[in-house]
Amino acid sequence: MGEIGILTVSECTDGALDAISAELLGAARKLADELGQKVATVIIGSGVGDAGKDAVAYGADEVYVADDAKYANYQPEAYAAVVQQAAKDLSPAIILAGQTSIGRDLAPRVAFKLQTGLSTDCISLKLDAGRMIMSRAVYGGNAMADYVSESDPQMATVRVKSQEALAKDDSRSGDVKTIAADADIKTAFIEKVTEEVTGIKLEDADVVVCGGRGIGSEEGFEPLNELAKMLHGAVGATRPPCDNGWIASTQQIGLTGKIVSPTLYFGIALSGASQHIAGCSGAKNIVAINKDDEANIFNVAHYGVVGDYKKILPALIAKVKELG
Amino acid sequence: MNIVVCCKQVPDPEAPPASFKIDAAANKVAPAPGVNQVISPFDEQAIEAALRIKDGQESTVRVISMGTDLVSDVVKKPLAMGADELYLIQDEALNDGDGISTAYALATAIKKIGEYDLIICGRQAADWDVGQTGVGIAEELGIACVTVAKKVEVVDGKVRVERVVADGYEVVEVPLPAVVTVSNELGEPRYATLKGIMGAAKKQATVMSAADIGADTAKTGKAGAKSKLLKLYIPVREGKCEMIEAEDPAEAGALLAQKLREAKVL
Ligand SMILES: Cc1cc2nc3c(=O)[nH]c(=O)nc-3n(C[C@H](O)[C@H](O)[C@H](O)COP(=O)(O)OP(=O)(O)OC[C@H]3O[C@@H](n4cnc5c(N)ncnc54)[C@H](O)[C@@H]3O)c2cc1C
Ligand SMILES: Nc1ncnc2c1ncn2[C@@H]1O[C@H](COP(=O)(O)O)[C@@H](O)[C@H]1O
Repeated sequence: MGEIGILTVSECTDGALDAISAELLGAARKLADELGQKVATVIIGSGVGDAGKDAVAYGADEVYVADDAKYANYQPEAYAAVVQQAAKDLSPAIILAGQTSIGRDLAPRVAFKLQTGLSTDCISLKLDAGRMIMSRAVYGGNAMADYVSESDPQMATVRVKSQEALAKDDSRSGDVKTIAADADIKTAFIEKVTEEVTGIKLEDADVVVCGGRGIGSEEGFEPLNELAKMLHGAVGATRPPCDNGWIASTQQIGLTGKIVSPTLYFGIALSGASQHIAGCSGAKNIVAINKDDEANIFNVAHYGVVGDYKKILPALIAKVKELG
Repeated sequence: MNIVVCCKQVPDPEAPPASFKIDAAANKVAPAPGVNQVISPFDEQAIEAALRIKDGQESTVRVISMGTDLVSDVVKKPLAMGADELYLIQDEALNDGDGISTAYALATAIKKIGEYDLIICGRQAADWDVGQTGVGIAEELGIACVTVAKKVEVVDGKVRVERVVADGYEVVEVPLPAVVTVSNELGEPRYATLKGIMGAAKKQATVMSAADIGADTAKTGKAGAKSKLLKLYIPVREGKCEMIEAEDPAEAGALLAQKLREAKVL
């Protein structure tokens, strides 16, 4: 095995690697194996614990850890300096980060500092004659576009849940080292306000009950809450209910919200705009309830009912109860 | 306060997906009949963020739109909402850029048109959904940047921003000058008033070319882009939706439950 082909930017929470980081390593491993090169990852945080070892178990050959109290919260200049340092030390051909709150802010900073091309929110990465072809949705998901970077390193951010993680293999071996970098700090962190709703996390739920503008009000979400509770799922929404304050904005699903891929997804009183579908097209079964039989959601749904959700949902809930 | 807002004109992203067409041979989006041009929605929120600051303190809001197919009524909307000046940067040499070459051109224009304290962009443009330009302008100008804002306030020469993250928001502060990119959580942009629309009609936009802003055209547009578009295509979806038909909605709801149970997804 040769030099470092691919560097991924890992994120961790409370000493555990985030799911996207394992997905990035899965994607990186595939590309690196094809290139006959190694995978390195950089982990930035405070109290990263076993995340380094976990990164090895998920496919990294080398792990660079920047563990310091100053990295406890996302600090853009400090984080960018560490990734830039890793890029300088390792000269990777490719750098991958997640299309997450951190990654979508961090990756452009690094790309501009390195004066290299970046493709954001990619859903597929392939090699062609040694260069990475990056496919991403454009125009809200109405079209797809393939890009190649004409500069090095080639950089991409990768959509959550678009790549498969390898099974965790604790017998894999790899080096865990430390990395440090100084930065010109401009951004002062004041505080973080968590608005997480209770119950199953939307992005982890196996059943998602999603309501759109047609739900009409906060009260309108009550039957959706009931259905979600019965099915041990979570309630999500399109953008308008979030903008209108009927539901917490952390529950928005879509291009600029959460990406979900449950076994069962109910899209209720929502039209199926491309920017919304971007966040739920990975669902195995999509059920659409809409009073407009021409709504776009029926083009992507597997089961559809045309009608008023206010009449359909109570009957659906009653039947689900009856079936047990 | 000197505030600059970058507003991109895009085809209406809320148009029905079926109306979206591409010219595959040219790797371009084909203009669709009935699909209007609009200011990219997050950029209208960027204007709103600027105007909220102007509501509270003496400010000048300058708007920059870059493109060669700009529709006057569309790009003038920020003026009708309450912005003071409009700059249209029009040059073929600035078209089809990527994050880097677009940010370079806009940063060059911003430096040219005057003093700036705060630059506000959308979190991403609703055409190519790139989401890099705001950060790029800040890097180009060597100033701070805060992305995905839902609240932007200027306090004591600093800008205090609530930035949206997956499970809530962070409050951060950066010194001016700075770039902030805004998200829809900021809230509805204000409507243009009749007075605003009449005032906007009278105002002249300043039109500038690449040479006028002093841009090195080797670094702008397609020539300056590091990311190359290879192929644009419409994803294929095997639309096979089983419609549940019944006498009335209640029956349909019950039938749906039964179907899902039979298919073992429930
Ligand atoms: C750059 C960008 C990013 C975006 N990101 C996102 C995103 O992340 N997530 C997102 O969701 N949107 C996003 N949007 C917005 C998106 O384009 C749509 O505007 C939005 O998804 C529409 O939400 P909706 O389907 O709930 O509303 P609408 O399109 O208004 O649809 C409402 C539907 O409800 C139906 N209906 C009404 N009443 C009833 C009833 N009683 N029973 C049954 N059906 C009923 C109607 O027939 C209609 O089809 C984004 C837009 C842009 C430009
Ligand atoms: N051609 C342009 N004219 C004016 N502003 C632009 C242009 N391109 C990008 N921007 C600004 O940069 C933001 C992000 O764009 P993008 O990086 O292309 O997603 C937009 O929301 C605008 O504020």
